[in-house]
Amino acid sequence: MKILVCIKQVPDMESRFRPNGDKTWYDESDLAFRMNEYDEYAVEQAVQLKEQLGGEPEITVLSIGPERTVEAIKKALAMGGDRAVHIRDDRYYQKDPWQIASMIASYAKGESFDLIFTGMQSQDRGSAQVGVIVAELLGLSCATTLVGFSYDGGTVTVKRELEGGIKGVAKLKLPALVTCQLGLNTPRYPTLPNIMKAKKKEIAALTPAELSGEAELTATAAIYPPAKKGGGLVLEGEIGAQVDRLMGILKEKTAVLR
Amino acid sequence: MKALLIGEYRQGKLLDTTYELKAFADRLGADSVMLLVGSDAELPKCDSKVYLADAAKYGEYNPDLHKQLVLQAVEKENPDCIVFVHSSYGWDLAPRVAVALKAGQVSEIVALNEGAYEVNACNAKLRRTVTPKSGRCVLTIQAGAFSPTGEPQGAPQLERLDLSGTASAIEFVGYEAAEQKGVDLSKAEIIVSAGRGVGKKDNVPVIAALASALGGELGASRPVVDAGWVDHSHQVGTTGQTVSPKLYVACGISGAIQHLAGMKKADFIVAINKDKDAPIGEIADVLVVADVMQFVPAFTAKCAR
Repeated sequence: MKILVCIKQVPDMESRFRPNGDKTWYDESDLAFRMNEYDEYAVEQAVQLKEQLGGEPEITVLSIGPERTVEAIKKALAMGGDRAVHIRDDRYYQKDPWQIASMIASYAKGESFDLIFTGMQSQDRGSAQVGVIVAELLGLSCATTLVGFSYDGGTVTVKRELEGGIKGVAKLKLPALVTCQLGLNTPRYPTLPNIMKAKKKEIAALTPAELSGEAELTATAAIYPPAKKGGGLVLEGEIGAQVDRLMGILKEKTAVLR
Repeated sequence: MKALLIGEYRQGKLLDTTYELKAFADRLGADSVMLLVGSDAELPKCDSKVYLADAAKYGEYNPDLHKQLVLQAVEKENPDCIVFVHSSYGWDLAPRVAVALKAGQVSEIVALNEGAYEVNACNAKLRRTVTPKSGRCVLTIQAGAFSPTGEPQGAPQLERLDLSGTASAIEFVGYEAAEQKGVDLSKAEIIVSAGRGVGKKDNVPVIAALASALGGELGASRPVVDAGWVDHSHQVGTTGQTVSPKLYVACGISGAIQHLAGMKKADFIVAINKDKDAPIGEIADVLVVADVMQFVPAFTAKCAR
């Protein structure tokens, strides 16, 4: 079995964000990058499946991005990926989901993967499109938003998370692509020996020029901080004073404190 | 401009969010027609044309077949845009339709901005304005962002849609009910919720202590539940419980839209967060800018006195 896991490296979402010079994306300086959280579940599920099948499947990890992306790739390899493909693209952020997915599909077309795992969305852009587009371009069966995954004899059974805590159960035949929701499993921390082993694993570099050069179907016209609606009171300063003020406000404005 | 709206059925019921599609089309100034995979027993109240395909035949969830039905309606109506709610149904189906039409897709629209669409980025800390570059586009709208004005009314002009076959690579098995709720937060007057900002599982009792000092219940945001710090029965948000207490205290919760959707109806919202720009500040009546683990114990001590 050949498995592909698509991952993205994104900034820590606790960071402060500001637009870049030409207001088309966020300014990357001073940001700490890590693997997109949803993708950690995708990597973990692929590794668990490999373990279930006695180590037979080969797991390829793919990521698109600048030089720094190698760090996220190395983590995925240390979690249990076998080899990686890094599509080096400094201008990745100017590409829309259609272009990103077209690049992935263009690489994957010749590789005949049986199963592809992606996160359900990226934490920064959050379009929830790339995985599904890749599946459509490759003609794979596809289900999104997995909180449950099991595999048996060529059939994948998925549990999709729906609104209100209900789950939808569906069966897909391979080849298939699934997108992973938070909570699908418990992503492992790479151990030191596995981090060392990962250093020897192959990371093949590709350039966008070697892949599909589709034109964009959507464009970012501008990026900016949301307008502050104001309204709420902001309490800053020393803890003791904050405690007293909040207590006063709650006594005055709510009926629950007496 | 013409919009094809894709409504939603779940477990035999028409979802209310379907009416938000119409509200969005009205805001666009577009004529609208709707497609539903549902049943005659649950039709939307509207005066426009509705293409109806039978859910008993095509399933409530079967993106392969639903895609073909949408494409059939697209052929008949030649719409400028095809609009879905950004839900587990919509984000699953929309990109499939977009690829088939080679149309650009804009996901989770929160507002309109002079002909372009506004969407969130980076946990709502930034906004993007996105413009489609394809003639026809696929759009998904954030649930709750475009509220209908007034009660829906009218009777749709029905036109049936059918496919020649129902072969599909995906088989829908059925629904699994939500986990049994150990705690019914919907009736709680006071809820104190823990978010990722509490730092670690060992710190959760500090938040629980404030809940109990106030005579309220403990709530939690999704990351805290996923990490196993708090049981799922305490989760507030789209995939947990929807609550409307008199007082909601969000401790170390940044304010992802899925969480806000579950608690924004609270009468009074206090947020404690070290990040002054956290999106929770947008809906909080009071934002205390502080380290949760310093502020909460001090406030609990004050309440206990």
